[in-house]
Amino acid sequence: MSGISRRRFLAGSIAGCAATTLCGTKQAFAAGSFTGYPEGMGVLVDLTRCIGCRSCEAACNKEQNLPAPAKPFDDLSVFDETFHGGTQKRRPDETAYTVVNRYQPEGGGKPIYRKIQCNHCAEPACLTSCFVNAYTKTQEGAVVYNDKVCVGCRTCMVACPFNVPAFKYSSAFDAKIMKCIFCHETRLKQGRPPACVEICPQQALTFGKRKEMIKIAHQRIQNEPGRYIDHLYGEKELGGTGWMYLSAVPFEQAGFDVTVQNEPILNNVKDFLSTVPMVLAIWPALFTGFHLLATNKGGHGHDDDHAGGDAAAHGEEDDKS
Amino acid sequence: MKSTLLYALVGMLLCGLLCAVSGLAATGQGPAEVKLDRLANLFDAVNFDHAAHVEIAGDCATCHHHTTGDGAGGERCGRCHAQSPKSANVACQSCHEADPFSAAQLEREESDRYQYHIDKPGLKAAYHWNCLGCHEASGGPVGCEDCHARNKTGEAFYHSGAFAPTATAPHAH
Repeated sequence: MSGISRRRFLAGSIAGCAATTLCGTKQAFAAGSFTGYPEGMGVLVDLTRCIGCRSCEAACNKEQNLPAPAKPFDDLSVFDETFHGGTQKRRPDETAYTVVNRYQPEGGGKPIYRKIQCNHCAEPACLTSCFVNAYTKTQEGAVVYNDKVCVGCRTCMVACPFNVPAFKYSSAFDAKIMKCIFCHETRLKQGRPPACVEICPQQALTFGKRKEMIKIAHQRIQNEPGRYIDHLYGEKELGGTGWMYLSAVPFEQAGFDVTVQNEPILNNVKDFLSTVPMVLAIWPALFTGFHLLATNKGGHGHDDDHAGGDAAAHGEEDDKS
Repeated sequence: MKSTLLYALVGMLLCGLLCAVSGLAATGQGPAEVKLDRLANLFDAVNFDHAAHVEIAGDCATCHHHTTGDGAGGERCGRCHAQSPKSANVACQSCHEADPFSAAQLEREESDRYQYHIDKPGLKAAYHWNCLGCHEASGGPVGCEDCHARNKTGEAFYHSGAFAPTATAPHAH
């Protein structure tokens, strides 16, 4: 009927469990100490430099061959757009891998512009949540996505602490997640900066090795302590992100989630998940053993006696007839 | 393919045509006009009226930092550059890289362990910071097209003007 017997299926399952116990736990322990590729690239976003010209959005649209925008990229009225009853500003979606939003800091002053895109975490929650391994963290530092294996479950959208991955609802039967890929194929692999960085007139985006970006960021804070909040958002958040931010105002005033943990999302479930293969391998053997012990003591001898008695009774009946 | 071509074009422009001096006036204060064609693919070249800005700035060091030999302001720069002599070349591009994030440039920066200026702005940023910084403070023009005349390529890039989207449906979320 199915070409696979129940016995073979069970035997295969147990063998698989044993294999994942042996290999899986080792990987799980290694994952906890992964802090990103040492030579991985990053971008330092300096909010004090951004003037909200939206050139990065235009450059991204062209580089990634995204659909034409609803409004021109030099139309600054998009900064007034809000969604969900005014609670949410623009966010990246299937038509835009990056958007710039405007925030009015408390106590007046010049507005703050913040570019949003995938932050390319060292240990991405989208990647760890994906059960078909559609995501890859490349050695260059990009978190890229493979739509060939994606099944469209959208768990990554729930897992991402920055709400970045967007689902291409316009092609729901051809599952595709749309997100910034750090221009990995067209630029990063060739050692070139992403299109948004290259177009930025203000160098609000600085590109280089992530470890260099951290040095530069702290030097900027040190050189101009009055200009910056003494914090580099993304240096530690969620285990470290490839894209990091400097700001003149407290980060929550520029729409950042400052409640995120410093540990990677994976660490929340790693201890539990690493015991699952062990439980799956040991419990069947353990309980099979219990079962055998229990059945050996109780019923075995009794069944044999009973069977013998029946045979004797039948024999007597035969004799009488 | 088209975009690669476009960027190749930008690259060529960067390498060859930066800060082409269009006319040297015998003022002793540098050229009367400087042609800036850094973004000449999206925007036409800017004919920067150097002479007018010499009058406004008063001091060469206002824009040229320490390269004109008249000292450097500020506690930080002045510590090393207060006595710096006049440089052989005072053009912005002689210090500020046209392509600050190229692999070669990043490699150069990383291999020089004793370099102090690890965060030097590229040429485009140097222009914009210098210009916008003053223009904001003094009420000068600050809009993109106040200085840059956008061409057809630029209009297509920004999906604006003749290339503006026809449907004005609100962006769905």
